[in-house]
Formats: sequence, C-alpha cells, structure tokens
Amino acid sequence: MSQYWNWELAQQALPRLMEGFLITLQATVLGSILAMTLGLAIALLRRVSPWPVRVPLGWTVEFIRSTPLLIQLYVLYIVFPEFGITMSAMTVGILGLGIHYSTYTSEVYRAGIEAVPVGQWEAATALSLPARRTWQVVILPQALRSVLPNLGNYVIAMFKDTPYLLAVSVTEMVYEARDFGQENFSYIESFTIAGLIFLAASYPASLLTRRLEKHFAHR
Amino acid sequence: MANLADSLVEAGPLLLDGAVVTLELTILSAVVALAVSFIFGLMALSPWVIVRFVSRVFTEFFRGTSLLVQLFWLFYVMPLAFGITLHPIAAAVIGLGLNYGAYGSEVVRGSITAVPPTQWEATVALNLSCYQRMRRVILPQAIVTMIPSFSNWLIQLLKGTALASLITITELTRVIHDYRVSEGATAAAFGAALVLYFLMAQVLAWAMRALERRAKAHIGQQLEHLGLFAFLRRGERV
Repeated sequence: MSQYWNWELAQQALPRLMEGFLITLQATVLGSILAMTLGLAIALLRRVSPWPVRVPLGWTVEFIRSTPLLIQLYVLYIVFPEFGITMSAMTVGILGLGIHYSTYTSEVYRAGIEAVPVGQWEAATALSLPARRTWQVVILPQALRSVLPNLGNYVIAMFKDTPYLLAVSVTEMVYEARDFGQENFSYIESFTIAGLIFLAASYPASLLTRRLEKHFAHR
Repeated sequence: MANLADSLVEAGPLLLDGAVVTLELTILSAVVALAVSFIFGLMALSPWVIVRFVSRVFTEFFRGTSLLVQLFWLFYVMPLAFGITLHPIAAAVIGLGLNYGAYGSEVVRGSITAVPPTQWEATVALNLSCYQRMRRVILPQAIVTMIPSFSNWLIQLLKGTALASLITITELTRVIHDYRVSEGATAAAFGAALVLYFLMAQVLAWAMRALERRAKAHIGQQLEHLGLFAFLRRGERV
C-alpha cells in the first residue's frame, strides 16, 4: 500500500481540499436556491401563462435539459462576454448549475402540483377564492410538502456535479485536487480523498432523503 | 451574417466528427452500463446477504463519489500510481459505464421488485425453473417498467460524455471548445453544438420509445405513437 500511497502528501493535500470543499458547498447552496426558486417559477408559468409564453418556455426547458451542463457553462463563460456580459467564474458556475437544475426541479414541482387532489381545486372554487389565494393557501402548501424528498435528491445530484465548474476555473475541490496532483507528481492521494469526501457527504444525505420519502409515503 | 454562415460551413465537418465520437462514447458506455446494471441489480435481489452487501457497496460507492472524480482517477491516477495507462476512450467508457451502471442497477432492482407477487406465485404453481421464471415471466414485464427510466439515464449519459473532453478526448464539446480558440465565431459554433446534442437526445428518446412499444406489445399492452418530438405533446397533456 505505502508504495502507492504517501500519507505525508495526503496530509498536505487535506487543507487545500477543504478550502476547495468550501467553494463546492457554496456553489451547491447558492445553485440549489436558484434552482428551487426558478424551477417553481417555471412550473407555475407553464401552468397558468397563455400559450405564447407557455410553448416557447416548454421548448427552452427541454432544450436546456437535454444539452450538457458543461457546454452551458462554456456559453456563459466564453460566449456571453462577447456580447458584453462578463461574470466571475463563480457567478457563471452558480448560474449554470441553477438554471440547468431548475429544468429538473420544475418537473418535480409540476408532478407535486398535479398530485394535489381535484377536490382541493373544487373546494377553492366553491369558496370562490381568487386564483392567487387558491395557489397560495390551498395548492402550493400541499404540493411543496410532497416534493421535498425529490428536491433533496436533486440537491445531492447538483453537489456531485459541482466538479463541472473546474472547466470554467472555479477553484472547487476537484480543481484543487488536480492542481495538487500536478504540483506533487502524484494524483492518487488528492483524488482519492476528494472522492471519499463526496461519498462521506452525499451518502448520509441520500439516506436522509430516503427517510423523508418514507415519512411522506406513510401520511 | 454571411460570415457566420461561412464559419458554420467551415466548422461543419469538424462538428460532425465530434458528434460521431460523442455517439460512439454514448453507445459504448451504455452497453457497459447496461451490463453493470443487470449484474448488480440482480445481485441486489440475491437470497445471500453477502451478495446483496457487495452490490450495495458497489452502487453507493459509484453513485456517491462523483463522476468526474472517477474519470480523473482512471485517467490521472492509474498511470502514475499503478503503471496502467488506459486509452482515454477506454477510461471514459469504463468510468461512464460504472457510474451510470450504478444508477441503472437501482432501476433493474426496482423494476423486478415491482412485478406483482402473484406473478412469482404463478411461476411456482407452474413449476417453472429459475431460468424459465425470469426469462418467460418476470423479465418481460420488468423490462417494460425499466425502459422509460433507462431512457432518462441514456440522455443523462449522452450529456455526461461531455466530461470526456476534460480527459483529452476530442468529442463534440472539445471540438467546439478548441474551435473557438482558433477561429472566433464563438456563438454560432456553440449554438450548433447545443443543437446537435439536442437532436441526438431527441433521437435517442424516440428510439427508446420504439423499444418500449415493442416490449409492451410483447406482453399485450399498447403505447401510443408520439413521433420524434414527443416532449411537445407531453407538455400539452396537463
């Protein structure tokens, strides 16, 4: 083992990886917030807006969802500056992750909204609640609760997709791992630790969403 | 505008070459992932605890450690630490195959458990052998449930092959990234690449629906025809 693995290098790599991990976490948290709000907006718009908004929106969502995140990041990072829109690497990363994942979360919200029983809509109509109130106090509170585990799964997926950001030179954990490996002519320590950190963070989180799923299934 | 058209015509053959490599990567990795899915999905249903445990550890490990880390491990660590230099394509196919196979094994496991218990009981009543039971009764039904999920994962895999550009493979993403460096005309080139990915995704989804239709016909069910741009109708059907 020690022939392949250098504990000293591993020890040196750890602080750098932790620095990167903070960036990774930041990108995940901010990206998730964007994905969740934008996804909800998309889901609502696709339900209530007239067709001149709804149809192009549907195309856009499908287009973003079926093209690679990596190219979308390049577009934000390389193409946008040509049109005078220049953003920092981190902003590009958060926007890219947030927009890409909002196309997934919008489907989650859609399913959640559709799962609200018709009777709830009918009751709101019978009480002659205005559309706004119907959404705010009847439909959304029920829809949002049931989609929580699914949203959680996408947060975990996004967390594991943050290494994409190294392509636009965000210094997240895997970027640091590669850098460290290049400097020390040995990649095994830094990449292995980075992988294990991902595992250590995402496995408990996925157990948690599984428990949430069971919790909601039994209600 | 004429400049834009010119640069696209010029980039066309390069783009198509890249798209071919992307498709090759997708299909090769999908074959590996499919094999991995079935092996570990069936292992997860084994009566022996140790076999189920191995399957569980494998899937959690490959799902949990991030695809790019796995690709980098195969590409950077193997040659330096173990003296095994994989061809970049081989590294990409192994990495993508194992990672998406780990997700696919959950699909296989879930679909087989979703076959109603009465079907299992019927096979016992008919005194079918283990092989006959799987081949004739359980799998034909489970596969119908698997295909829509596999279809989603295939699109994910297609998009995932873009990461191969980061381990020096000149597939579509890499072609476009390098083209910009040499020629300018960035927006058009990136736009064209995105459209190519989009079209490939729609064709794959359409092919998977055709497969689903056949699998359903096999067990006496029907699936409506939606055509190439099925997502448009899906959106309408609220």
